[in-house]
Amino acid sequence: MSTLENPNEVVTKSLLRLVTVPGLDKPAALITLDNGFDHKKPNSLGPAGLASLDNAITEALAANPAFIAVTGKPYIFCVGADVTGIPLVTDRAQAVELGRLGHRVFARLRGSAVPTFAFVNGAAMGGGLELALHCHYRTISGGAAALALPEVSLGLVPGWGGTQLLPNLIGIPAATQVIIQNPLMQNKMLKPKQAAEMGIADVLFEPADFLERSLEWAVGVVRGEITVARPEVDKDMWDGVLFFAKQTLDQRLHGAVPAAYKALELLGLAKDAPFEQGTAAEDEALADLVMSEELRSGLYAFDLVQRRAKRPAGAPSPGLARDVHKVGIVGAGLMASQLALLFARRLQVPVVLTDLDQARVDKGVAYVHKEIEKAVSKGRMDKGTAAKLYGLVSGSVDKSVFADADFVIEAVFEDLNVKKQVWAELEKIVKPEAILATNTSSLSVTEMAADLEHPERVVGFHFFNPVAVLPLLEIVRGERTDDASLATAFAVGKSLRKSCVLVKDAPAFVVNRLLTRFLGEIFAAVDAGTPPEVADSALDPLGLPMRPLALLQLVGPAVAHHVGGTLHAAFPDRFGVSENLKRIAEAGKPIMVDDAVNPEVVALLQVGNAPLTADEVRQRALDALAREIRLMLDEGVVAEAQDIDLCMILGAGWPFHLGGVTPYLDRTGTSESVTGHRFLPRGVASFPA
Amino acid sequence: MPREVRDVVFVDGVRTPFGKAGGMYANTRADDLVIRCIRELLRRNPQLPPERVDEVAIAATTQIGDQGLTLGRTAALLAGLPKTVPGYSIDRMCAGAMTAVTTVAGGIAMGAYDVAIAGGVEHMGRHPMGEGVDPNPRIIAEKLVDPSALVMGSTAENLHDRVPHITKQRTDAFALASQQKTAKAYANGKFQADLVAVAVRDPEAGWGLATVDEAPRETSMEKLGTLKTPFRPHGRVTAGNAAGLNDGATASLLAAEDVARELGLPIGMRLVSYGFVGVEPEIMGIGPVPSTEKALKIAGLTIDDIGLFELNEAFAVQVLAFLDHFGIADDDPRVNQWGGAIAMGHPLASSGVRLMTQLSRQFAEHPEVRYGLTAMCIGIGMGGTVIWENPAWTGSSQQSQREGAK
Repeated sequence: MSTLENPNEVVTKSLLRLVTVPGLDKPAALITLDNGFDHKKPNSLGPAGLASLDNAITEALAANPAFIAVTGKPYIFCVGADVTGIPLVTDRAQAVELGRLGHRVFARLRGSAVPTFAFVNGAAMGGGLELALHCHYRTISGGAAALALPEVSLGLVPGWGGTQLLPNLIGIPAATQVIIQNPLMQNKMLKPKQAAEMGIADVLFEPADFLERSLEWAVGVVRGEITVARPEVDKDMWDGVLFFAKQTLDQRLHGAVPAAYKALELLGLAKDAPFEQGTAAEDEALADLVMSEELRSGLYAFDLVQRRAKRPAGAPSPGLARDVHKVGIVGAGLMASQLALLFARRLQVPVVLTDLDQARVDKGVAYVHKEIEKAVSKGRMDKGTAAKLYGLVSGSVDKSVFADADFVIEAVFEDLNVKKQVWAELEKIVKPEAILATNTSSLSVTEMAADLEHPERVVGFHFFNPVAVLPLLEIVRGERTDDASLATAFAVGKSLRKSCVLVKDAPAFVVNRLLTRFLGEIFAAVDAGTPPEVADSALDPLGLPMRPLALLQLVGPAVAHHVGGTLHAAFPDRFGVSENLKRIAEAGKPIMVDDAVNPEVVALLQVGNAPLTADEVRQRALDALAREIRLMLDEGVVAEAQDIDLCMILGAGWPFHLGGVTPYLDRTGTSESVTGHRFLPRGVASFPA
Repeated sequence: MPREVRDVVFVDGVRTPFGKAGGMYANTRADDLVIRCIRELLRRNPQLPPERVDEVAIAATTQIGDQGLTLGRTAALLAGLPKTVPGYSIDRMCAGAMTAVTTVAGGIAMGAYDVAIAGGVEHMGRHPMGEGVDPNPRIIAEKLVDPSALVMGSTAENLHDRVPHITKQRTDAFALASQQKTAKAYANGKFQADLVAVAVRDPEAGWGLATVDEAPRETSMEKLGTLKTPFRPHGRVTAGNAAGLNDGATASLLAAEDVARELGLPIGMRLVSYGFVGVEPEIMGIGPVPSTEKALKIAGLTIDDIGLFELNEAFAVQVLAFLDHFGIADDDPRVNQWGGAIAMGHPLASSGVRLMTQLSRQFAEHPEVRYGLTAMCIGIGMGGTVIWENPAWTGSSQQSQREGAK
């Protein structure tokens, strides 16, 4: 099919081998999916790959085998459709063909008169798992890294039969979980054992002799010695399960993710519709989505997270990094203790906490020990690792313990003078080349370093709460920070398994600056007299992970007010000070009670009489974001708009279908109307021109 | 403390199909071959709780790379045995697996182990003979050993020199018979039950499954007569009358007899005695002669008591030298009933257990036979022999056994 050619396709070939298997007179046709690379470049299926599979099936059938089995290369079965070809699809007919081609080839496995098997030896996702679902039987290796139908997370649906086959194999509750809920929960994947228990695979074998056992099992099935029992699917609960799934989606996404709703519709169809009707509907749904801006943004976001996050723009050569064999943490409060655990766990070097008195130090160390115990009791950490970590984390009231540390991070009170005092004191103790890192969320790294003898070793190391969970780390280069220190900071960040983004020393860096700017518009609307509920739900159409007031509650009004103050001092014309926010912060009352705005908080508000509509609030917030991002790019806060998006995806959890944020601002015309330009050229995160 | 010597039994043995070096296992790791064997042994003996395995002894001649790293231990871990099960590597060149068996058998007999796994692997494609060797210069300087002693084919030519009555014609005829006996045994399904299929991957062709030996071939006296003699101009040793360069692994289960009975494990053979003896390294092929004499002497038996022989066919000349010494005909039906290494292949350190597995199966078919032996020649001039008793023996005297064997 020439219209679907992708010149950049890494073709996964279907290698056919006729294999003599003990117990059968006829050979088995064993098809290996292999793109010729190792597991770091997993198998995927594009038009040429599907054509190869099609050929292999034809040749296999011609050999009149006892059965046909499909398996993968080491560690990888197949991780799905080759999404690199999607940006090349520019008309709907091509998009429809993309779905049809997969359906047509896979249907041959399902419709085969010869028994077909998938031996899922390794990771199987998306179209790869759908291929397996078309086979009559499935075995799975306990060593397979993950199984998933992650399409919805990207802005697609499992459009090669997944929505029709899976619910009729494992039931609608589990299928809804796999197809809709998991992709929207940080793209949760299944372990092989779970997949087998759910019924996705008929049998689980250990990895050591997975293929041998699978072939043996297949022989047993073909000879009728093994009967595969699958529980009957309960159709009565079908509609109810989907009804509740839709309710949950509405609550979380407010209709913002078209792919999730399309998937729901297709799952509904799977209840009674003939398979061909279901797959035809998949073709149409897939085509709609492939032609949608949301998907283009989703693919862009996927690429950012998969690739850009691993090669931070502007980071100095990793070869310049110095070794870090001991870490110091100034402070033993909650944040400091969390950092201690993270550093010890990931860097596996001694980590020492200090604080003003022994009681605080003891509390900090005790927190770390308790977290380790918890991890062990939940089976997430083995005893050997725990024993090692107990020994690595210690505390002291005497800062001289930092004398031989290579990296000291402070997590003390957010006040420039306090932090400067801490560094001045430390500089007398630590080695001249020891990195001094600050976890400040908004203060100037350059100013913090100003009076030091060695300001070149100061870097900003801005984590996001909870530090163990959120993947983003903003690494801030002060004016005098040198390359070796910065390289060391990136190396440490990478060891901590964080996605690092290089940020200039600008007020509140990226995520906090943008969130504050946009929360500022929400509060300005409230101040002006917009009902809090209206202002709070104004951004629902974006499908953000939480509404503004819930976010404010999570961050804490006091912190928000503090960051807001820093930004107000820097940019008073754009970052106002909301008296209402100040009152809320001072009152210390929870903003949200039972998912609604706390009436006691509402009572604190003093508002004007110029209420805005939800649309007006949303437009103002988006305009403000567009303007701020433009300014940040002009100031050189980050290298490119891509880094802004990466920060918002990883630090604020902004969704793929927005592409972070700039693709959304571009496609809604906001960027052009506010700044005169798009952030990204057409085709980068959007439908090509 | 008073100690009782316990009877040791061979419970079960398996092997991978043997490949030709550079052939079907070209992309398969050596350790994976032996791991497959260990797993299959455990799987077909589910009565054995894996934690009851007290030792895993795995032989390899070239203990480098995927044959290194204390293979017995790492293979046990990778095979999924409990971490409490220890293991070690063992090396006596061609008699590696045989030595693994006799060594753990010694441990069982004196009560150190109840159950042990013994096997071997040699991937001669990945590890050609002599890889990384560094012979002590004194060997040449002090003329301790003729340099030809390190080249096995040359030692076979040297042996020919010492036994000139064994002609090339005779060795070729023996080799042809070996091929024919193996082909017949395959056709009669003698090996299949103990072969462990191995998934093999070829980057160009995809996954396949190794289910039969790669080396056996159809041949004839004419064809054998045309083969080159690579070890000596106008020599006698060819690729046709010697074992090839092969890849493969074996594993066997040994136990104290009372423990085997307690666990309900099958008893394939009962160990009677064993002997290892050194000979002149230049003619290492003669080794099985003195080692057999030693094992017989220890057992209080004579060669006439032996009803079945499984002799490793490293070289036809070396087997014929053995047969001549003991006055056994080249085509004696007691000897290598199913052919031997000339046909099936000889992945050095693995072969000993292949001989035992086959002898054990032959015992079951021959209840009239009471004793059998497995023997092999060994590089640097040694021979090894293990004598076994048939638990299925139904006769009442040595005499009846001898009659039955004829």
